[in-house]
Amino acid sequence: MPGPQPVLKSEVAAKGKAQAEHLVNSGSSHVADRIFYLAMLACGVCVLGLVGLIVYELVTKSSLSWHAFGWRFFFRSDWDPVNEQFGAFPFVYGTIVSSILALLLAVPLAIGVAVFITEMCPRWLKGPLAFTTELLAAIPSVIYGLWAIFVMVPLLRTYLEPFLVRYFGWTSEITHRFGFQGPFEGPPFGIGMLAAGIILAIMVVPIVSSITREVMTAVPQQQREAVLALGATRWEMIRTGVLRNARAGILGGVILGLGRALGETMAVTMVIGNRPEIAASLFAPGYTMASVIANEFSEATSDAYLSALVEVGLALFLVTIIVNILAQILVWSVTRGMPARSHV
Amino acid sequence: MSETVPSTGFAAAPVSLRRRVKNALVTLAAAGAVILVLLPLGAILAYLIYKGVGSLNWAFLTQTPKPVGESGGGMANAIAGSALILLIASTIGVPIGIGAGIYLAEYGQNRLGNLIRFTADVLNGVPSIVVGIVAYGIVVIGQGHFSALAGGVALAIMMIPTITRTTEEMLLLVPNAVREAAYGLGVSRWRTVLSITLRTATSGVITGVMLAFARVAGETAPLLFTAFGNQYWNWKVNQPTAALSLQVFTYAISPFDEWHRQAWAGALILILLIVLAVSAVRLAASRGMLKGAN
Repeated sequence: MPGPQPVLKSEVAAKGKAQAEHLVNSGSSHVADRIFYLAMLACGVCVLGLVGLIVYELVTKSSLSWHAFGWRFFFRSDWDPVNEQFGAFPFVYGTIVSSILALLLAVPLAIGVAVFITEMCPRWLKGPLAFTTELLAAIPSVIYGLWAIFVMVPLLRTYLEPFLVRYFGWTSEITHRFGFQGPFEGPPFGIGMLAAGIILAIMVVPIVSSITREVMTAVPQQQREAVLALGATRWEMIRTGVLRNARAGILGGVILGLGRALGETMAVTMVIGNRPEIAASLFAPGYTMASVIANEFSEATSDAYLSALVEVGLALFLVTIIVNILAQILVWSVTRGMPARSHV
Repeated sequence: MSETVPSTGFAAAPVSLRRRVKNALVTLAAAGAVILVLLPLGAILAYLIYKGVGSLNWAFLTQTPKPVGESGGGMANAIAGSALILLIASTIGVPIGIGAGIYLAEYGQNRLGNLIRFTADVLNGVPSIVVGIVAYGIVVIGQGHFSALAGGVALAIMMIPTITRTTEEMLLLVPNAVREAAYGLGVSRWRTVLSITLRTATSGVITGVMLAFARVAGETAPLLFTAFGNQYWNWKVNQPTAALSLQVFTYAISPFDEWHRQAWAGALILILLIVLAVSAVRLAASRGMLKGAN
């Protein structure tokens, strides 16, 4: 680096003064700053306004149905647009059952994937594996639905469902004593609750596993080293050193997956069968809150019908919001020491 | 991570067979889980290519749908419609999202900032079908009919939170020293944000925008009763418009083989566009971190 040019002190002072004056006089940076700040603030407030708008729209548009049925709306099971009698219980039931089924299938797999990627696989495989599992999250839900209709459902109909009937059909003898249908009873249509649960599980796995990976990475390396130094095998190290420390965050990931499963629309609509019935059998067709909106919203002719559908939407909105907030708090409780990362 | 420990001279107690077997079994189970998860991914991509490529032809990319019973025809209008809707969505969503991100990163260390951060996360979790209802309530009822604009607004609402949060994260990665250096030179604050901070974080911000774009590009649920779909060409913002994802849905649940074939081709085009965007995101992200963060 060349040394500074020898300059007279007075010259520097004069230059500095001139610059300072130039800065003070040049333009109206104060006004510009103010305008810029206000513009950015407006954008920020816009986000706030959007949520407010969503709540306002849902509440005002559903008031008709709310006044007509009140809380009973969610416990009645008649859905009769002609006589304007609306009860959302079959949809609530379908949403809950399909989501829980999805979580039961997805969570063990997702945790297995996360454990394998963070703790077991060779370094060179980590990146590609993480990328491929995340690719599952990037596939649009309509494509899952398309694949499910033409590939998965026929497989279920010809292989999985007859298999389940054959080896687990005995469960219906127990449930009959309590007056219920068995979980694997009835004609194997392929289309139905089981298909919806499986396709949802495939869609939820990448979300749960990416959050699980994130919280497992947040567990300090010393924890692992300490457990290994005590003579633990790798699995014992993972179980006591990693999973136990990350369990709140993993639970957060599971709940985030639940949020996704509850609100998922297209793939479920395409395979669940869309019949507002409550059946204990997983082979029977059902209906979810999101699917009923997707199928009937543009055909809803009367105000009461539209209002009932919006109320279903409002309930869906509130439940997913609560679920997501809960999940975020749990994930945050584990990763709060870590730098922020986007989990998209 | 290897569990072999270099010999220290102490005689280590041998690990019991039961524990070793258990360890091996769990490793096997985890690897099995990975395979089980990758299986559907492989199956979906394989079927898309197998079924899609066979039905892909020039007519598919240049013609509008033919009536039921006639073979041929294509989804050109749906591809164009998707482009139109996504253009509207980006025009609305990107500036607001980046602006809100700038607010959070540069001015948002206060109560209001935290509230906006929280609502952005809430907005991110809103089911897409609910966003559709809201866009219907605001735009479709206002205009009196379905339109590309309504679809664009719905997708914009879904883009904003993703862009806001990634922009904020990327701007916060820019070291404060850079901002201080700009202030020290007498650069005004707005100029610093736009030409120094945002400029440094550009590739990260673009990554966020493309992520949001990829996320909404395949969305169908919010378009069902906003853009609605159309069998013909439409370039008007205030008219019902076809979209690729909508067309795939309509064709997939139809009873016609010819339409099923076209649904696969449409899905292939859709996923090609999205995979392209996601790969570009990976590329931009791996370069952007090096340029922006250090």
